[in-house]
Amino acid sequence: MINNIILIAGNELRRFFKSTLAWIILAIIQFLVAIFFYVPLVMYLQPASTASGLTDAVVSTMYGFAAYIILIMSPLLTMRLISEERQLGTIRLLFSSPISITEIVLGKFLGITIFYLLILLMITLMPLSLLFGTQLDLGQIASSLVGLFLLMTSVASIGLFLSSLTSSPAMAAISTFGTILFLLIIKIGGTNSSSEVALVFSYLSIDKHYNNFLSGLFNSVDIFYYIILTVFFIILCIWRLDSERTYG
Amino acid sequence: MKKDNTLISINGLSKFYGQKHAIEDVSFTVHRGEILGLLGPNGAGKSTTMQIICGVIAANSGSVNIAGHDIIDAPKQAKQNIGFLPEQLPLYGDLTVDEYLFYSAKLRGIKKQSLNDQIISCKRRCGLENTGTRLIQNLSKGYKQRVGIAQAIIHMPPIIILDEPTSGLDPKQILEIRELMRELSKDHSIIISTHILSEVEAICDRVLVINEGNIVLDQYLKELLAGDNSLESVFLHLTGGSS
Repeated sequence: MINNIILIAGNELRRFFKSTLAWIILAIIQFLVAIFFYVPLVMYLQPASTASGLTDAVVSTMYGFAAYIILIMSPLLTMRLISEERQLGTIRLLFSSPISITEIVLGKFLGITIFYLLILLMITLMPLSLLFGTQLDLGQIASSLVGLFLLMTSVASIGLFLSSLTSSPAMAAISTFGTILFLLIIKIGGTNSSSEVALVFSYLSIDKHYNNFLSGLFNSVDIFYYIILTVFFIILCIWRLDSERTYG
Repeated sequence: MKKDNTLISINGLSKFYGQKHAIEDVSFTVHRGEILGLLGPNGAGKSTTMQIICGVIAANSGSVNIAGHDIIDAPKQAKQNIGFLPEQLPLYGDLTVDEYLFYSAKLRGIKKQSLNDQIISCKRRCGLENTGTRLIQNLSKGYKQRVGIAQAIIHMPPIIILDEPTSGLDPKQILEIRELMRELSKDHSIIISTHILSEVEAICDRVLVINEGNIVLDQYLKELLAGDNSLESVFLHLTGGSS
């Protein structure tokens, strides 16, 4: 079971790094996040700055923007996961091999998660470089890292599921983008937070829970929100591929 | 396993796509060391049958038993005994031949110790010795076909299922692939589908004709051709064409 999952994940990563897309996305994310690291840092260093602390003013701001950049880029990372296997016909190689659909889906998920971890590692090097000159609230950084990682796994599983619905990567990318955008803007329904319905809307929003992590707040509710989202879409993906075999 | 040499036994297989009947009540058996030719016009249900045998799609009713394992109840054991070449070659163009064969070998659960030997012997059998480091997308159609066959036989399965293995090849390549299949038939059972009748006459022991989802003929080639019949006239007669 584990061997097969690692095998699929390994092949996914190998093919990912053979395409220029992976490298370009890594470079673009790094460049954009660097801007949101550099600008708050320069502002913090101004004599007139009134910011309370370096970690809050620079590091949390950076992770806050990094999340949006990753949410925008994410559909391009996940679009080809399963749709391309179908387009190439290699899905038949997987289906006719002695591995289960659960192993295929978990392997794909593990592969893309490792890639997200790499992104996380690359952008975290920037705030960590501040340690050469000053002290940081490492607890708050750890909390942001956990939050961003959970956010990544949930968008990865959304992308994985939507990629299993089609044989066209472009279609998968657009629908993933739409879903993520929907989960972002759903909080608008919660702006008038006096009514209970509005509270539900704001609760469902994908970035509301992330903001708690950024401020160093480690709520089990927030963790469960992302884990439930991730597991839900992984199960949907397994069901989808299973029903494709039965009815397709 | 059963005492007689039955490797695949298929019973009452049916498959619908929506309202449309793709295949209906298909039953047959394949014995050890046999080359079975699956014939039929386009859309007759050849590919559907093959995909059901390999567990790529599931049938609505009926059972498939492979070397004693049911494809639904014990899919892993059953699939271990099959090598499948779908009509659309299941190749990753951005991998090299070696990387691809390595991956498909591991998918079939070949142990680490024998992995390299298997890949080398498989490449030799398929005439891929000098292409190991080339990207699959840069290979010619004939070589891609060989890589496709190589992934189907890499784990030395008792059963090899090839869906139109010679389509789109030039005459010389077709002869080479046929030669390869004859070579493989020494220790594997093979099911191939094709519309090329002469191909069946050249390599198959037994013919199965499918028309509109039903089996209309299941006979040994020797018996079939014993009289004045030609395969062509039999085929056209059975599939409703004029002869």
